[in-house]
Amino acid sequence: MDWTALRLSLALALWTTLVLLPLAVLIARALAWRRFPGKGFVEALIALPLVLPPTVLGYYMLAAAGRAAPLGQLYEAAFGAPLVFTFEGLVAASLLVNLPFAVQPLQRAFEAVPEQLREAAWCSGLSRAATFARIEMPLAWPGLASAAALTFAHTLGEFGVVLMVGGSIPGETRTISIAIYDRVQAFAMGEAAAMSAALLAFSFIAVGVVYGLGQRGLVRRR
Amino acid sequence: MAAEGLEARLAQPAPIPLDAELSCRPGELLALVGPSGAGKTTILRAIAGIIRPRHGRIACNGEIWFDAARDISLPPQRRRVGLVFQDYALFPHLSARANVTAALGHVPRAKRGARAHALLDLVHLSGLGERRPDQLSGGQRQRVALARALAREPAVLLLDEPFAAVDQVTRRKLQRELALLRRAIAAPTILVTHDLAEAAALADRMTVLHHGKTLQHGTPDEIANRPASPLVARLMDQPNVFAGTVAARNPAAGLLTLRWDAIALEARDDGHFPPGATVSWTIAASAIVMHRRERPSRGERENPVSGTIAELLFFGDTALVSLRVGERADASVLTFSVSAHTARRNALAPGAAATVSLLADAIHLMPPGE
Repeated sequence: MDWTALRLSLALALWTTLVLLPLAVLIARALAWRRFPGKGFVEALIALPLVLPPTVLGYYMLAAAGRAAPLGQLYEAAFGAPLVFTFEGLVAASLLVNLPFAVQPLQRAFEAVPEQLREAAWCSGLSRAATFARIEMPLAWPGLASAAALTFAHTLGEFGVVLMVGGSIPGETRTISIAIYDRVQAFAMGEAAAMSAALLAFSFIAVGVVYGLGQRGLVRRR
Repeated sequence: MAAEGLEARLAQPAPIPLDAELSCRPGELLALVGPSGAGKTTILRAIAGIIRPRHGRIACNGEIWFDAARDISLPPQRRRVGLVFQDYALFPHLSARANVTAALGHVPRAKRGARAHALLDLVHLSGLGERRPDQLSGGQRQRVALARALAREPAVLLLDEPFAAVDQVTRRKLQRELALLRRAIAAPTILVTHDLAEAAALADRMTVLHHGKTLQHGTPDEIANRPASPLVARLMDQPNVFAGTVAARNPAAGLLTLRWDAIALEARDDGHFPPGATVSWTIAASAIVMHRRERPSRGERENPVSGTIAELLFFGDTALVSLRVGERADASVLTFSVSAHTARRNALAPGAAATVSLLADAIHLMPPGE
């Protein structure tokens, strides 16, 4: 068992979830309630990681944020370290790859909150911030939990993008899924089996949480 | 000048056309009536500050809430309106008590519990405070919505079809409760409804709305019996609207002679129409008096009109009579109701002849056309 890799994977999943969820809430809320030109385009862009091979995404990440690319140079000038082949680079790539997993459940959840409830909250004297905290989020929370569980589980299992933009640097970018691949390449099937089982368990729990919440959401709405 | 109550003038060409003006004094209940799609809800939402019309002005107790010309528009949070939504819009994840407490933000925290309790008491929901909306009946939900609207101590109370979503029996009960509760509400109250009977029963004054335009203000009685136009008469479900001509005036008697096809009618003269004027006229169904067959009754000499019964429909205790006045197929038809008992005793039947009196005082003249 490569504990460093497991720890790294968990850290990556946690960071990705923590950074992505607030962003996803903002995006999902806007997509659910606002009408603006190019909305369909934005939705398509967010859904793209669902169908795109991770290698393609990874390639564009490298092309855009590599040490020779303007974006990569800008980042390096600002933070004194390159973005690619670092943990920070992995987080950035994870954020992009997980956008649909975080945004879509939240968007569905916000869409299910009737607009009248917000209006009723305003008429009851609740500020927009209070309306968000006391009315919108409590009603959309199954969506938030789904988004968190899906993002967390999906990041744990990510392989293609991580390999492309992270390489396999132990303690920096070698996540558990990369470590499994490594072990299989080296014919260390026992180790690979242990790590696979750990990943399987984590993923199953996460997806189970999502489905469980979905059921509860249905029951409550009835 | 700081006017008491609510004054609103709203206008916009789109998306929902508006050309409305209304006012409501403290303690008064104004019914905003009109068919579906007339813009009633839009007006309430504009008063609450949820939407912002293109033009107009809304002032409440002298405080300007909205003035398009001066680019003033207070957000709903600063308008102090209590709004009961058509389907109540209760917060589904909160108990009845928490729904009410949510609107008590202006009250010191320590006093909110007692206030919420008192409000739930007021709407007869004591003991049900811990239930969530999905554990309450339709009528109970409406009461929570009303308590939440009152919790704000609103400067104006807005009720959007508050009785539309409940069954008939509950509706009667809630209407009676509102009529009782009104005495305790000092705020001007605007009730949106498409139910004319409800408006007439509950409101002090009425404003008639059609395609976003306010057509007439007045007491329910005035609007029912003295509509400003044939359109208002039609919206008030008044079937007896006809065309006529002023033949002569008799100012000394306060009467005029109205020519209706071949018939000359005496009508009250309000002095609005000169001899020769083409008019529309209407008469309340209650002022069309059937002559009894066997013995004469009150007002038999007043505007007697004979015709043939074209249609007779029994609705429980009443019979709806359509009387064709004249021989031609396109002759005017008077519609009125008599008790089922009267209809049977007088042997009313389709094709039978009948005579009625049109009470002169109840004949109301309007400008012709729409």
